[in-house]
Amino acid sequence: MYRFALAGNPNCGKTTLFNQLTGSRAHVGNWPGVTVDRREGICHVGDTEVTVVDLPGIYSLSPYSEEEVVSRKYLLTEKPDLIINIIDATNFERNMYLTSQLTETGIPVIIALNMMDEIEAAGDKIDIPKLVKKLNTPVVPISAVKNRGVDELMEAAVKTAEDKGGNYFHSVLSDTPVIPIAADIRKITAKYGINISLFSAIKLLENDERIIDSLDLPKEARELIELVIHNSEEELDIEWEIYVADLRYRYIAELSAACIKRAHSPEELTVTDRIDMIVTNKYLAIPVFLGVMLLIFQITFGGFGSFLTDGMDRLVNSVAVEGLRGFLIKCNVADWAVGLVVDGIAAGVGMVLVYLPQILLLFTFLSILEDSGYMARAAFIMDRLLRNFGLSGKSFVPMLMGFGCTVPAVMAARTLENERDRRMTIILTPFMSCGARMPVYAVFAGAFFAAYRGPVVISLYLLGIAVALLSGIILKSTVLKGEAETFIMELPNYRFPSAKTIVLHVWERAKEFIVKAFTILLLASVVIWFLQSFSPALKYVDDNTQSIFAFMGRLLVPVFRPCGFGEWRACVALLTGFVAKEAVVSTLGILYGVGDASSTAAIAGALANGFTPLSAYSYLVFILLYMPCVVAFTTIHKEMNSWKWTFFAVAYQTAAAWLMSFIVFNVGSMLF
Amino acid sequence: MTLDKLKPGEKAVVVSIGGRGPVRRRLIDMGITPQAHVMIKRTAPFGDPLEVNVRGYALSMRKSEASQVTVERVDKYV
Repeated sequence: MYRFALAGNPNCGKTTLFNQLTGSRAHVGNWPGVTVDRREGICHVGDTEVTVVDLPGIYSLSPYSEEEVVSRKYLLTEKPDLIINIIDATNFERNMYLTSQLTETGIPVIIALNMMDEIEAAGDKIDIPKLVKKLNTPVVPISAVKNRGVDELMEAAVKTAEDKGGNYFHSVLSDTPVIPIAADIRKITAKYGINISLFSAIKLLENDERIIDSLDLPKEARELIELVIHNSEEELDIEWEIYVADLRYRYIAELSAACIKRAHSPEELTVTDRIDMIVTNKYLAIPVFLGVMLLIFQITFGGFGSFLTDGMDRLVNSVAVEGLRGFLIKCNVADWAVGLVVDGIAAGVGMVLVYLPQILLLFTFLSILEDSGYMARAAFIMDRLLRNFGLSGKSFVPMLMGFGCTVPAVMAARTLENERDRRMTIILTPFMSCGARMPVYAVFAGAFFAAYRGPVVISLYLLGIAVALLSGIILKSTVLKGEAETFIMELPNYRFPSAKTIVLHVWERAKEFIVKAFTILLLASVVIWFLQSFSPALKYVDDNTQSIFAFMGRLLVPVFRPCGFGEWRACVALLTGFVAKEAVVSTLGILYGVGDASSTAAIAGALANGFTPLSAYSYLVFILLYMPCVVAFTTIHKEMNSWKWTFFAVAYQTAAAWLMSFIVFNVGSMLF
Repeated sequence: MTLDKLKPGEKAVVVSIGGRGPVRRRLIDMGITPQAHVMIKRTAPFGDPLEVNVRGYALSMRKSEASQVTVERVDKYV
């Protein structure tokens, strides 16, 4: 039983390899990010079971972004048996920079030289035996996308891991002044009873503050080390921070020249260059960007999306739910039990499942954007514009992902190095309307704006974006002063998205959604059914206006009357929306769904009793903007790492929601 | 001269990296080190950021970040 860590740069094919190795057997926590920062999966190599840990993609072991901190902490404190370092062979030099640091951790490293299919297609030649000899580290050529060389890689990895007791510290800095000075630093700390690794000593030389703090050295030792560093800098006329990086890159450049023969000169135009001539062109970039966004929303919410939803509606409600009812009645089950199972549980869960195809469609598009390399271009194009709103181009990726699900989107904000930028992005991302809010829009739009379903739903998405941007301006001149700081980002080569990666990604999401529907939503449906069937004195009531729910709802009514939906059913549904936004639909379905009314069309009809078109729209505006669901809430807390900021975020969102729906309802009342 | 002053298509060699702190560190980690060859590919539609080729890949950075990098113009990108 071994533990192997997968480490590599972003865009090096790490996820593809992870999926190839673990397949659908990868278990991804209960919800990504709530309890885990990394994904784990099991794979078998012969008789050996291997746990593969997928670390976030990083460029260096410097601790300047949260992802690097996570990866470094894992490698240094939890010491896996081996590191599989994946290298994009088409981007050898920059990828090797991380490798040069990984081999200094003392953990055995095996290099998976990925994208060999592209190397061959380009006619490039890599002398692998020479590479192995120079690096003193096993190298296995693979193509993760084509699943080539993966078995050989894992066999070699297990062999390396079995070979215990070797010296696994290899440094490209071996013949440079770095090692003797680092040795001096180790001697100093040893004198004070603290033994540090050569890796840490090199990091001290590079003025790595986190390592300095973590070692807890006495003041005298620190001063001695500073003196050694200072004197050697004077003597060699260098600055260590830059010199160490320079030495690494110099070594790598020589290595690359010795082992790789490129068929094309670096000045020749590549496929990526040709695509970028259009996609990031001065005049075409914006039209292309808007076109792509419009296309995605048109397909998801237009004809094709509703075709899928209608099909699912028929399947779930007419076939499954009514079938279940017929079956239960045939079995002579008591009326109240039929009510609980069919009108409570099945209708509540089914109501939400209907929108599964549309949500998956959206995830498929987001996954394609991410995998193809377009997401990075969008960030590049939008950076200047987003700066006006206190955001960075890098905020664009989390915010776009927010249209899928707020949870991974908030986590994606980790790629922003600067804390202010990250906070701003996390506060604003929930304004991007997530997939779970879609069922709510769909039901209301169907009931009140049948002829304008598409435009009404799209207007909500646009409103979310507008509120986010406006909030950016407000926050940037109040609590989060200043401009977004950095935008140093790789623009990866365009690649054809791998079908397997997309299918697995979308399947993961589908699984989460279905699991959520049958666990949280099912439970919520039972609780809702209970709360609306019993009076505060715990007596079964036929008329739900006498129920506990009605009692709770009436307390909230005064708060929301100014917004136009001061009706107890609508108000309590907002409470259940905190469990999961889809639950708003289930709740309203149960509360309005009298008797046999379990199909979406019937619910829509029943809603007309509680809302006018204007108050319905105002209600949707509130649903769009108010605090995200409990899972997103915990993720925000985890990523903010502060209760103060977490509460500020949700309080701000809820206040913005109330204010906007107040404005919509009152301005609307004057106009119509 | 500094990197932000180069026009698209112009090539240069890095001389030094100014400033302090995380931005500088990140530039160094991404391969902007002394003697590295760079070429400006393009500027984004709104005039900022820049796309720079370095060490065989494309890196984007803002003009403000590029202005920390001192370069010397050359004729060839290798």
